[in-house]
Amino acid sequence: MPTVTYAGTAVIVNDEGFFTDPAQWREEMAPLIARQEGLTELSERHWQVIKFMRHEYEAKGTGPTVRVLGKTSGVSVKELYQLFPHGPAKEAAKIAGIPKPRGCV
Amino acid sequence: MAERVVILGGGTGGTLIANRLRRVLRSSAEIVVIDPDDEHIYQPGLLFVPFGRAEPGSLTRRRHRQFRPGVTFRQDAVDRVDLDKNEVLLAGGASVAYDVLVIATGARLVPEETDGLTGPGWMEKVFTFYTLDGAAALRQALARFDGGRLAVAVMDMPIKCPVAPLEFCFLADSYFRGRGIRDEVRLTYVTPLDGAFTKPVCDRELSGLLTDKDIDLVTEFNTGEVDGAGGRLVSFDGREVPFDLAVVVPLHGGQAYVERSPGLGDELGFVPTDQRTLQSKAHSNVFVIGDAADIPTSKAGSVAHFEGEVVARNIARYLAGEPLDAAFDGHTNCFIESGAGKALLIDFNYGTEPLTGHFPGRIGLPLLRQSRLNHLGKLAFGWLYWHVLLPGREIPAVHSRMPEDGKRFSAAAPR
Repeated sequence: MPTVTYAGTAVIVNDEGFFTDPAQWREEMAPLIARQEGLTELSERHWQVIKFMRHEYEAKGTGPTVRVLGKTSGVSVKELYQLFPHGPAKEAAKIAGIPKPRGCV
Repeated sequence: MAERVVILGGGTGGTLIANRLRRVLRSSAEIVVIDPDDEHIYQPGLLFVPFGRAEPGSLTRRRHRQFRPGVTFRQDAVDRVDLDKNEVLLAGGASVAYDVLVIATGARLVPEETDGLTGPGWMEKVFTFYTLDGAAALRQALARFDGGRLAVAVMDMPIKCPVAPLEFCFLADSYFRGRGIRDEVRLTYVTPLDGAFTKPVCDRELSGLLTDKDIDLVTEFNTGEVDGAGGRLVSFDGREVPFDLAVVVPLHGGQAYVERSPGLGDELGFVPTDQRTLQSKAHSNVFVIGDAADIPTSKAGSVAHFEGEVVARNIARYLAGEPLDAAFDGHTNCFIESGAGKALLIDFNYGTEPLTGHFPGRIGLPLLRQSRLNHLGKLAFGWLYWHVLLPGREIPAVHSRMPEDGKRFSAAAPR
């Protein structure tokens, strides 16, 4: 698995860039990951979603889907796409340092 | 005192678990099934209705007729469950106490949650075959359709029978060929997933079939709006798929009473459930079978059948004060109609994706390969459903645990 250095710490990510160990994540890494995704600035609304993703992952062991985010994060699905244009669930999960949300079968 | 098991929902899971429990529990135990209506629909048959290959009237039977003697059926709507008092509150104001509760109320279609879906054009040029009325209306619309763009779109996961919209595409291809107008029809499959199917080996096979049949594939499309009047699907990220006729699989959620019952369901109304014991995470005397659970399996009748054995055993153990058996492996088994009288079969569980080989052993139905035999298997399944699955019997040679013999595990290696 590839290793990437964020804020002076080497972290292990999978082939798609998702953290394999969410415990390695620190808040100051988020803007750096975001920049790689093409987001130059993280607003308060971005942070609201990122913190919510972390919280959900810690409570349930998997990140929420877009639909669940829209129902529970306090940010509508439309706004989620404005904040994270490449797909909110995946992009916010990557920036929040949690694994890619488990798809449904 | 005699125990009372209350089962909410008289569909596939509720019926088969009631009948299994009647055999497993002592005769003094009371088994009560509650459902707001008395019409049991054979849901796998809905796929064939739009193409005139199943009659709507042939797919339904009375719910209460499917139970063994000694099972009580109550036709009542549920308002909510009080988990602390071990009581089900009915819409009419009465309550039913339980020692064990089984949630078997499946998934509910919530088309109104997608902007525009039930607005102009709904049931005129935008249809779903996931209801009996929708499937019957779509048959008329297909018969009138002489050419143009037909989009088949999944709004978002989870959905019941995730292969059904793909089967619809394959059958539509055959149907238009049969009418001699396939060249006039542009078929597009639109999915929120990043491929035709979630699991790699199966995805390769099904994507290949889409290509062979000249069906366009649009992936990672999260539909934000269905514009029936304008004839377009619009994704949240601003992409568009135009259509003259759209066949959609609406969003799914749990039943409304789950949402009204504090502590029972998750954000979407599904019930958090231990994926091995099938006991709810909310309360030790609540078990879950079928589509109502939040576990990572397909929402499919075969899953409810394979869960039945484990749920029945664990309810008996719970009542006897014994530890539960963490035996459910996520076993799922689906026939996939591929058109022209052929079908594929897939068989998988939590740990093993659908692979090639044969089922249920080295000699048997071919897995993940089109064959006439699998199509006949799918047709025969209608009889098995009413006469073996619902009565809670075992299918000969087919077990709750997924068979490994006959599967080519080397196929899972990435190509």
